[in-house]
Amino acid sequence: MNRLELTGLTARPSQVWGGVRLVPLVREAPVEGLRLHREVYEGLGAGIVELGPRTRYVSYVPHGLVADWSGEGGPGPETGRKSAAYGTQFGGGGAPRGIQLPPVPHHRQAKRRPGDRLRFLPLHLALEGYLSLHFGGPSTAWEEWSRTALRDGLSPRAEDAYLGRSVRGLGDALRIFEIHPGQCGVMVYVCDALAAAFVVPHPDDYRLLHASLVEDLYGELVHQHALYGAPVPENPVRIGGEEHIRDLGELRAAARVQERAWEEAHDTLFSRELLDTPYAFDKVYRMKSFTLWRFLPPFVRDGGGQHIGETITDHKGQVAYLKTFRLSDPQIRRGHLLRTLSGAGWELDRAAVALGSSREELVRRMRAAGFSALLKGSV
Amino acid sequence: MNAPETVRASDTFADLVAAEDVLLFVNAAITATGQREFRSAAADQQLSLDFLHTYVRVNYRRVYAASLALDINHHNAALIVRRLLETAGEASPGERRTEGRLIAARLALLPPPRVYRLFGELRRAGVNNRRTRAIVREWLAARPDLGHDAVKYRAGLKRAARHIHLPCPEGSGPLSEVGEFLFRPGRLPRYEHGMLDAWRRAHYEQGALAELPFTVAEGFAAKHGMKREVFLKRAAPRMTRLERLRTQEMRAAVRRPNAPSAEVDLTVMPLTRLALYVLSLGFEQRAERRAELSGALRAAARRATGAHAGSWGRVHAVLDDSFSSSGSGQKRRRPLAVALACHHLLEALAAPGAYRGLWTSGAGDALLVRPWGPTPLGMRVLDALEPGPDGAAPDRLVIVSDGWDNAPAGLAGEVLRVWRRRLDPERRTAVVHVNPVYDAEGFDVRRLAAGVATAGIRDAEDLPALVEIARFAEGRTGPAELYAYLDRRVARFTGEGEREGVGVVA
Repeated sequence: MNRLELTGLTARPSQVWGGVRLVPLVREAPVEGLRLHREVYEGLGAGIVELGPRTRYVSYVPHGLVADWSGEGGPGPETGRKSAAYGTQFGGGGAPRGIQLPPVPHHRQAKRRPGDRLRFLPLHLALEGYLSLHFGGPSTAWEEWSRTALRDGLSPRAEDAYLGRSVRGLGDALRIFEIHPGQCGVMVYVCDALAAAFVVPHPDDYRLLHASLVEDLYGELVHQHALYGAPVPENPVRIGGEEHIRDLGELRAAARVQERAWEEAHDTLFSRELLDTPYAFDKVYRMKSFTLWRFLPPFVRDGGGQHIGETITDHKGQVAYLKTFRLSDPQIRRGHLLRTLSGAGWELDRAAVALGSSREELVRRMRAAGFSALLKGSV
Repeated sequence: MNAPETVRASDTFADLVAAEDVLLFVNAAITATGQREFRSAAADQQLSLDFLHTYVRVNYRRVYAASLALDINHHNAALIVRRLLETAGEASPGERRTEGRLIAARLALLPPPRVYRLFGELRRAGVNNRRTRAIVREWLAARPDLGHDAVKYRAGLKRAARHIHLPCPEGSGPLSEVGEFLFRPGRLPRYEHGMLDAWRRAHYEQGALAELPFTVAEGFAAKHGMKREVFLKRAAPRMTRLERLRTQEMRAAVRRPNAPSAEVDLTVMPLTRLALYVLSLGFEQRAERRAELSGALRAAARRATGAHAGSWGRVHAVLDDSFSSSGSGQKRRRPLAVALACHHLLEALAAPGAYRGLWTSGAGDALLVRPWGPTPLGMRVLDALEPGPDGAAPDRLVIVSDGWDNAPAGLAGEVLRVWRRRLDPERRTAVVHVNPVYDAEGFDVRRLAAGVATAGIRDAEDLPALVEIARFAEGRTGPAELYAYLDRRVARFTGEGEREGVGVVA
């Protein structure tokens, strides 16, 4: 498995507001046997996550998702009560709202809950996958690497992301978006650049999770496009060849053609960069026939967008859940450099050859990318 | 602003632009209320409307005044009156006379709270000339009972009286007591006027509450610590029609199941208000009271159509119940209520059995509509253009929508354009689009296509009149007809049968 399979999801006509274009993805039938619920955490998103013994990080954790593959159907009263143990459940009518979160850290990013349920922190999985890319540092102690690099690896490693609320126009666009019947996902474009993709297994889950998109993290590029970009055109449809239309049936057929044209245009033109890229998948958790993965792009620098993300696929490899984060150019560059360096066994000369440039150029690029601390000052 | 499709040689370009501006303003004045809408904030709406008012007042002052005679909403009527009085210096004596008549006629129709608010705004703006004072004085003189106003709109009346130096002589007489009540409270041991005295007694006597207007009594009830349910039951006879509708649910909740129902007679409610009330109920309740609710809606629609009933022939309608018809926190479900009211109104207007209403969501039951889902207006328009059961194309197609056609965008406009050009060039079917939402960015209601007449709508009851105006937007009638129409409306409004002397256009 190296690609995302969005079979079963059809793109419906987009809705545009300012610079934001939202493309609804509709499923014919919901995915059997998997539901997603949301739990909201107290403290305005400030949370502590425990990764392992004595490894913790403080981060923005507005909510977690609970994947439920017990097949008990919707969030009934019983399941609602169970999942509300650590937060708020919107789905269950009788479930209490806003339970105090005990001041304990979230234990791991993906954590098994009683029953067939898994709690995971959306986007944290993906971002951690990106941040921990070759986090250990040089595998061979070549003389160019500094002592810090050899001792601590890339630590501390930091990247910037922006809250959805601070992406101009996104909040409004999501508020006025008209959810389609059977909608299970959405593609968010800012200035017609794919900013995020979000897919859930069931339409009811989507309706509850739609508003959570504004609390998600978005890349630097998305933020800048929204801030400086112009409103995108709505692309109203145009019925061509009207002189051949002689009755209402032909007019209807012409209108249908317009609807199909958009679906094809979206699949081939808009979402291609997401679907045609080979990803490196990393298994996080196995839940019966479903698997939770996180994936990293190949970090090629061809000018297209590169997305990291996490996904739940069924046994056929079809996507039941998907959430992506668009990397900015500097982030792609850093990923590319790290990949090349590790591919060359952290030997500067070999890496320079692989990049098709000189050693001095590579050192300059590394320093420009923010990896100065890895190199000795004399290099 | 769309260019009309056919331009007559005799009309100059400036005339056409002027006619378009007039229609634009009328649409805005009918729909915009300066409140939050689904897609724009209150501030955007007010800013946009403010510009439009200034633009039309400066360029077409006579039309600006004449629009008072149309079915514009109260917010805009008050705004126009204020602007006209503020800039009276820009009008000629003849214009001022016409304006004065229009203002007086419009003020008589406005609800009193809004008029008192308008007087307060005039005071704040420092508009206090002899003419303004006369207008306020005449309006106050026409009030049936100033004692009632003094209790119910105390601050408003006080401000107005102070502003126009209303003489409230000491001694006896109805005005003197009102003057004592407003300006020297607590001086008189008791009042001759029943309501003024009830107000005095209500401070210490719960029984006096029954004689006070509902809004005033509410405050006293809270002061006396009366139970809300008990109070509502007692106050019911003195409530206005809309107050009764508003408190209906609360009163119904406390009524014992087998008690005689003290329910409001829904059939006397105005159609759009009734639709708003119906939509505020839950699905179970709507289903339970189906006969009562749909009966009331039908009766209200029949009353609203009046002489027009059954005169529209075969009518097909496309009604928007997409998510955007949920309106905003300030105008809750307003667009959907207008669509629901139009549904019943059109049923009454169409020939018996010749009506077909299609909701964008595909819902079949009008009583159980809810604002949800996208707006596939194009496909629904196609469905509505299909011939009816008798195999004949509809005589009229009415589209009730906020104009945001998004699945896919612009398909409705394209369908209507191609259909008009290729399949119905003789215009056998009249298409009209009524839009309940003012688009702040476009300074107009949002249109579907250039060739489709679009009119703003606030209350579904005005639909027949609006369709008449929308005719002018199609571009097949010239400006002269539009101005003649305005003249007729002004003459009818100010109560003058003859048309001379009221000329709107020079």
